[in-house]
Amino acid sequence: MSATEEHAPPRRRPARTSAPPAPPRRPTRDRSGPWPYLLIAPAVLGMLYLLLYPLARAVLISLQDFRLRELISGDAEFVGLANYRALLTDPRFWTVVRRTFLFMAVNVALIMVLALLVALMTERLGRVWRTVVLSSLVLAWAMPVVAATTVFQWLFHSEFGIVNRALTSLGAHSFERYPWFAHGTAAFAILVTLVVWQSVPFAAITLYSALTTVPAELHESARLDGAGAFRILRSVTFPLIRPIVMLVLCLEVIWTFKAFVQIWVMTKGGPGDATTILPIYAVQTALSRQRYDLGSAASMITVVLMSGVLVLYFRQLFRQENES
Amino acid sequence: MSTVRGDSVRAPRGRAPHFRAPRLRRLPLHAGAALTVLVCLFPVYWMITTALKPSRDIQSSDPHLVPHSWTLEHFRTAVNAPGFAQFWRNSLLVTAGAVLLSLLVALAAAYAVARMRWRGRRPFVLAVFIAQMAPWESLIIPVYIIARDTGMLDRLLTLTLVYFMVTLPFTVIVLRGFLATIPPELEEAAQVDGCTRLGAFRRVALPLLAPGLMATSLFGFITAWNEFAYANFLIIKNQDQRTLPVWLSSFQNTFGTDWGATMAASTLFALPALAVFLLLQRHVTSGLATGAVKG
Repeated sequence: MSATEEHAPPRRRPARTSAPPAPPRRPTRDRSGPWPYLLIAPAVLGMLYLLLYPLARAVLISLQDFRLRELISGDAEFVGLANYRALLTDPRFWTVVRRTFLFMAVNVALIMVLALLVALMTERLGRVWRTVVLSSLVLAWAMPVVAATTVFQWLFHSEFGIVNRALTSLGAHSFERYPWFAHGTAAFAILVTLVVWQSVPFAAITLYSALTTVPAELHESARLDGAGAFRILRSVTFPLIRPIVMLVLCLEVIWTFKAFVQIWVMTKGGPGDATTILPIYAVQTALSRQRYDLGSAASMITVVLMSGVLVLYFRQLFRQENES
Repeated sequence: MSTVRGDSVRAPRGRAPHFRAPRLRRLPLHAGAALTVLVCLFPVYWMITTALKPSRDIQSSDPHLVPHSWTLEHFRTAVNAPGFAQFWRNSLLVTAGAVLLSLLVALAAAYAVARMRWRGRRPFVLAVFIAQMAPWESLIIPVYIIARDTGMLDRLLTLTLVYFMVTLPFTVIVLRGFLATIPPELEEAAQVDGCTRLGAFRRVALPLLAPGLMATSLFGFITAWNEFAYANFLIIKNQDQRTLPVWLSSFQNTFGTDWGATMAASTLFALPALAVFLLLQRHVTSGLATGAVKG
């Protein structure tokens, strides 16, 4: 937020030439008249109609008895928290919640560890290697989600997939024609691999950018004081890049829910329920089973779970902006 | 901030201590780098080479890492698939519409935030920051119902509006940041010289904003071009209005086990994004990374 304030002083001058010459240092707060409001009006209208209204509508539907009949007739009965009660007493829903957290924890842990390793490695590389590594990270990052998902389906194809071929030729004959997508754990593992493969580049590039801002002198003096490489990392580098690490961590947690696309394209939540996480469960409940009310309630529970992380993210973000 | 600029300025630090290190000690480092490059590139490489291999090589029991013979047959199959041109047109229309709308609306809002003082500016900025993190995956159901009620299902305009809203907050935040770095005195000088406020903005600030416009339209392009969930659930009956990601996701249903054609379709779909990213790599690594994290 401080960024906007830094530039306040120059704006004290009257903004419009058509205005009569005003005494200097007079606050221009009311000088702009209706213009700022007209300028933000389209953005505000967009946010109200395309964001706030759907959110409010989702809250409302989650409190109604809303199925296919109500979708067509348009009048739904208010039932209070009945949908939430139905969800929270459903063991299947709790399994999905647990699986969501497992998926999130495995993904985020792998992404952060790998990204940190890649960032530290990239920083130590010579110029040519560094360019090559950064370029391939960007290329993997640029790969469209649906295209990457299709390619992973092909890599893990049971009969002609290169992964099974490689594993078989390495002597693991149990992988000959191994149907990855028919086994719950295997499908889950492939989805984790895909999400990690797509998420590490952004995290690694961001962490690498953060590492390049650590002043060289600090390393030098720590080295002169006799600190080893790991000690320098723990006591000098990491505290300095910790804010960025926390931001990336929060973003990756929130972005776990974006894995909706990969899961929907690859397995639609199957086999059985093995890869169903909360957003998949919500959409399946609403659009496949026509229980729009239960689906909305599940979505709202997802939003509440996410907003906890979101609060952390914003606290970190604003602390960061105030420091810089 | 900028990885590339950072490189040249800080080059001595990263390497100086290692210069004296023997080659052998750097071996694990280079092995790690090679592994990273391999893991990042192999899926992309495999997609492209599969698309270029004849079918009998794709299904042979002894797959070659480097194709022995080449063919464009799979690309022909993909291009001649029913509706191919139509889906490209749809994707391009939706993407261009969303990006332009978002730039226009965001430019106005960013100008108001960065150049004017008014009551409610801070709450507005906060709202934009929150909107950037909107849980779009959890809004599919209400957006579907609202679109159904207002007769907006199966229309490209609906997708354009959704993508506009997805990209708008980021665009406002980044353009505000860029505008804040351009001294307002430049525009004021132009106004003294007889420009209108709009003219001063157009002639002075807009050219300086080019990198910001580039970064944000790139982000908008990638978002809209790739978006799958809304395109899948808001376009149901009128299959002519589908976009490329949805077409690609159902490609295997149409083409069954023709993995060559599926990979050719994936390549064609991924190519614009890969090309744009590679061309603008320097701006991407610095601009998007800082923009997305620091706002």
